Amino acid sequence: MMVDLSAIASATPYLLSGLWFTVQITVVGVTGGIVFGSLLAVARLSRNRLVSTLATAYVNLMRSIPLILVIFWVFFLVPWAIGWMTRSGRPVAVGASLTIFVTFVLFEAAYYAEIVRAGFRSISPGQYSACEALGLSKFHAYIYILFPQAIRNVLPILLTQTIVLFQDTSLVYVISATDLLGAATKIAQRDGRLVEMYLTVGVIYFVVCYAASQFVKQLQGRLAYGAR
Amino acid sequence: MIEINSVSKSYGSFQVLKNCSASIARGEVVVICGPSGSGKSTLIKTVNGLETIDSGEINVGGFRLAPEVTNVAALRRSVGMVFQSFELFPHLTVLSNVTIAQTKVLKRSKAAAEEKARSLLARVGLSAHIAKHPAQLSGGQQQRVAIARALALDPEVMLFDEPTSALDPEMVNEVLDVMTGLARQGMTMVCVTHEMGFARSVANRVLFMDGGEIVETAAAAAFFDAPRSERAKAFLAKILKH
Repeated sequence: MMVDLSAIASATPYLLSGLWFTVQITVVGVTGGIVFGSLLAVARLSRNRLVSTLATAYVNLMRSIPLILVIFWVFFLVPWAIGWMTRSGRPVAVGASLTIFVTFVLFEAAYYAEIVRAGFRSISPGQYSACEALGLSKFHAYIYILFPQAIRNVLPILLTQTIVLFQDTSLVYVISATDLLGAATKIAQRDGRLVEMYLTVGVIYFVVCYAASQFVKQLQGRLAYGAR
Repeated sequence: MIEINSVSKSYGSFQVLKNCSASIARGEVVVICGPSGSGKSTLIKTVNGLETIDSGEINVGGFRLAPEVTNVAALRRSVGMVFQSFELFPHLTVLSNVTIAQTKVLKRSKAAAEEKARSLLARVGLSAHIAKHPAQLSGGQQQRVAIARALALDPEVMLFDEPTSALDPEMVNEVLDVMTGLARQGMTMVCVTHEMGFARSVANRVLFMDGGEIVETAAAAAFFDAPRSERAKAFLAKILKH
């Protein structure tokens, strides 16, 4: 078996454009996931039964079905749902990119919600009392006091989840999107260079994820309060 | 200043407060003491609404607190509280700990809040530490920051819930000194504490609690020299033995 390095070189620009889309999905998934996930976490901790039950149900649903299925759902069902809601009766094209961004935010939010919730639970009850005693509103207490501590307490887990998210983006190949793996697949099939392409993307995934996990490991040591 | 009228509270079938009544005048320093589990901490926390009450009512400087009253924002602005475990915000600097409620609750400008914070931190002897984080301070220093943080909102009443119980013995006095200074300046103070020396020399009156009841209320000197109730005698005999 021969490995043709020139095949890799000529494929590099296309692979990089795929990697760029992978990074975009990750950034949107992380940002949207943490924002929506934090709201879900606060909702789950709410004393309002209806609010906490709805948030809990959402989180449990998303965590109990495979990501690949959610991608299918959003890609194939949402166009029909929009068509039905607008009463045109025809499916409305949503586009692969938008589908993917929405899916990852909805799906990852469930995981981030659980992590952020653990962060809130790790804060001593006395901190909540201190916020109350100072007359801080719930909103101010969460934004300035509780959320920063919660995130800090679970930052290593949040980043680890983000590494998993980065790898999970490869699932978008099922709707033929051109992420890193999608780009590699297309070239591999066009040029018959399966070995070169799949080895190359394997190395890229490994380098990015391993470097990120080493960073997380370092961060853990530096995060303890007072250790600065 | 503070009127506590027939306040009762239960956790399930366990009654923590049984028909407690007390009256505290402006400028008075009152110490609440009693064996552990007697309801002292619960009682002090009802005064700023951290603990709800099942019956009775509490008046604090014109604010009426009753079981059905849920909006206590105005009350908390006029009552400062210091906790046993300090509860400083660990992710903020000492200065930010003292400014945050000023800017968010009282809507003071950042400059005004910092000026106030600096002067309060100077008053509790911590000017050199304003840029540090709480974890870099000793327990006594942290508790003094917590006192400054509570004072920053210009409270009319200060509540202290066992402020020295979590401290190493050599740090107790620096906190008691700050509290004594505060008392001398005329602050209305309610302190749950086991520091009987502080109670005797600084407090005007002592409330003795046992089993959820206020068993005895007396002038501080009278309470220590001649307790009236048997339960207070037994308590004092235990803690003053050594």
